[in-house]
Amino acid sequence: MKLDVQGRAAFVYTGGKTLDPGLPAVVFIHGAMHDHSVWGLQSRSLAHHGRAVLVPDLPGHGRSDGPALASVEACADWLLALLAAAGIERAALVGHSMGSLIALEAAARLGERASRLVLLGPAYPMKVSDTLLSTSLDEPLKAIDMVNAFSHAGHAAKPSAPAPGFSLRGANRALMRRLQAGHAAAGHGNLFHQDFQVCNRYAGGLEAAARVRCGSLMIVGEHDQMTPPKASAALAQALHAKVLALPAGHSLMGEVPDAVLNAIQAFISEEAR
Amino acid sequence: MPGPSDPGFDTLALHAGAGPDPSTGARAVPIHLSTSFVFESSDHAAALFNMERSGHVYSRISNPTTAVLEERVAALEGGTGAIATASGQAALHLAICTLAGAGSHIVASSALYGGSHNLLHYTLARFGIATTFVRPGDIDGWRAAIRPETRLLFGETVGNPGLDVLDIPTVSAIAHEHGLPLLVDSTLTSPWLMRPFDHGADLVYHSATKFLSGHGTVIGGVLVDSGLFDWEASGRFPELTRPYDGFHGMVFSEESTVGAFLLRARREGLRDFGACMSPHTAWLILQGVETLSLRMERHMANARKVVAFLAAHPMVARVGHPDLPTHPDHELAKRLLPRGSGSVFSFDLKGQRAQGRAFIEALKVFSHLANVGDCRSLVIHPATTTHFRMDDAALAQAGITQGTIRLSIGLEDADDLIDDLSRALRAAQKAGGA
Repeated sequence: MKLDVQGRAAFVYTGGKTLDPGLPAVVFIHGAMHDHSVWGLQSRSLAHHGRAVLVPDLPGHGRSDGPALASVEACADWLLALLAAAGIERAALVGHSMGSLIALEAAARLGERASRLVLLGPAYPMKVSDTLLSTSLDEPLKAIDMVNAFSHAGHAAKPSAPAPGFSLRGANRALMRRLQAGHAAAGHGNLFHQDFQVCNRYAGGLEAAARVRCGSLMIVGEHDQMTPPKASAALAQALHAKVLALPAGHSLMGEVPDAVLNAIQAFISEEAR
Repeated sequence: MPGPSDPGFDTLALHAGAGPDPSTGARAVPIHLSTSFVFESSDHAAALFNMERSGHVYSRISNPTTAVLEERVAALEGGTGAIATASGQAALHLAICTLAGAGSHIVASSALYGGSHNLLHYTLARFGIATTFVRPGDIDGWRAAIRPETRLLFGETVGNPGLDVLDIPTVSAIAHEHGLPLLVDSTLTSPWLMRPFDHGADLVYHSATKFLSGHGTVIGGVLVDSGLFDWEASGRFPELTRPYDGFHGMVFSEESTVGAFLLRARREGLRDFGACMSPHTAWLILQGVETLSLRMERHMANARKVVAFLAAHPMVARVGHPDLPTHPDHELAKRLLPRGSGSVFSFDLKGQRAQGRAFIEALKVFSHLANVGDCRSLVIHPATTTHFRMDDAALAQAGITQGTIRLSIGLEDADDLIDDLSRALRAAQKAGGA
């Protein structure tokens, strides 16, 4: 569905169901150079099992009008405006990578209105190498290939997501190329560089963690080269978060889709009880 | 710029889509000859049917062995995913029927495999899908043939049998100007000679029967999606961008930004038309894919020697291979096919049908049959076989004469191939009384 958020059109995938704001809500927040579709299996499942599911394309990503926002804080403000536009008072927040920082910052702002916080592939600080940032300016397609190679633990994650016959690396590369091209074609510039700068500059993680009122779960990839498990240890401590390590790289939702779904489902159900 | 990148072609040919089997430790890909797969619970069954979880239900829709082939070919092509089919013809049919229906129109190259021409010109016309054929090099013709109801542009990387090289960058740009995808048959070149997605194609299919399998043993096809075509921006494909009553009202383009085409093709075309690949066939094709680069190198080395031999022979009027400067697409081939234009090509024998007959019947190493891309060398006389239904005028338009011979160069010793051809050319010469 489309919503007007801060004066711009925002696309929100609702898991194949019409959104019912009366149901317990879950918001899935994608990471850098991604869109809602990286949450396809997990969000569709929860939407068909009693949840109001919102999976937005962040501004400038995919179907939501751009440009992309310039900070984690701006994204969190936008997310709160999106919840208001959708008529959602309270929600569990689930974020991946850059989206985990946005979920963290939004949970801090929501206070008691955040029912659960799930961070996948987080890191704090989420420092990005100078090499990657400079490559993203000079050779964005090369930078996409670098991140794509870093993001996957192997070549044969089973079952393939979203269905048998998909190449996770190929699908991720195609998605990043399309988002990069779409943002540039709309006159908004280099999305890769923008998103990775957003990750790199975020400095409010520990302060935000101190303001989070709900229970937190971190899901980390044992073989993650983008955000290694140790990179989120301080944040986990600050949040008093449960930590679940899964046999995957950074692309957790694609590499271990069932395990991620099971973990999210179990964690947000605890709150419901 | 140093940095990580995806593995190279040979590594992907061996590893993409498969690791050691988690239940047995088997290192090679197991053959899962099972029609169906047990659900863990009722909830699990419902989740699989509703695409809340990924997995296998019934081998017409997907199978673990076949999925390895799909993921491997997708990786080699640089695509987002693939669907294996019962044949190359089934792959072409699946691509078209996912995007087009009665009232739709296709613009296709006139230099096509005879089977593809049959499907488009005769069979799909009967179901209301019309095709306009244009010469592959007629760039203005491609543009002029597009209509409001056009849904697809279609050609072969190198056309059959004259090896017209499709100018994929230019034709794909024309397609994209009109919000249309370009589908390419890449059978004769394989991903080792060219990856059409790198040049702008949106969909690629193979008759995997040929070089991917490589051993002349099984029939199969593979359809690959680049994931780069924006179906929503095009506005011409409600099958992918509007709710589909046949699958829970799913809007495929929302469900997967880069996988909409493959999801619809699997959940409609493969499900309903049923032209799936057997897992045993998939396994045999995987054996071929694992040595694709080694075989293609040898195919090309042998082809170069044979082309050079024929080009210098007094009984040969013309050799139609883009690697030769005399071929009209030589410069384009150098740009798009730097490793060579393939090992399937035709040449014109001096003389008429009697010389052609004597030539073919004198060959001992080359096998006279209707296939290409085998590890064994093959020969056929198009005017009396693959293109027999065409009159002389139509043959001339397709670049075929009564003396045209098509060769598919295999992996034998090149000297033995040249000896065989040399003996057969002498026989043809004698048949002409020269």
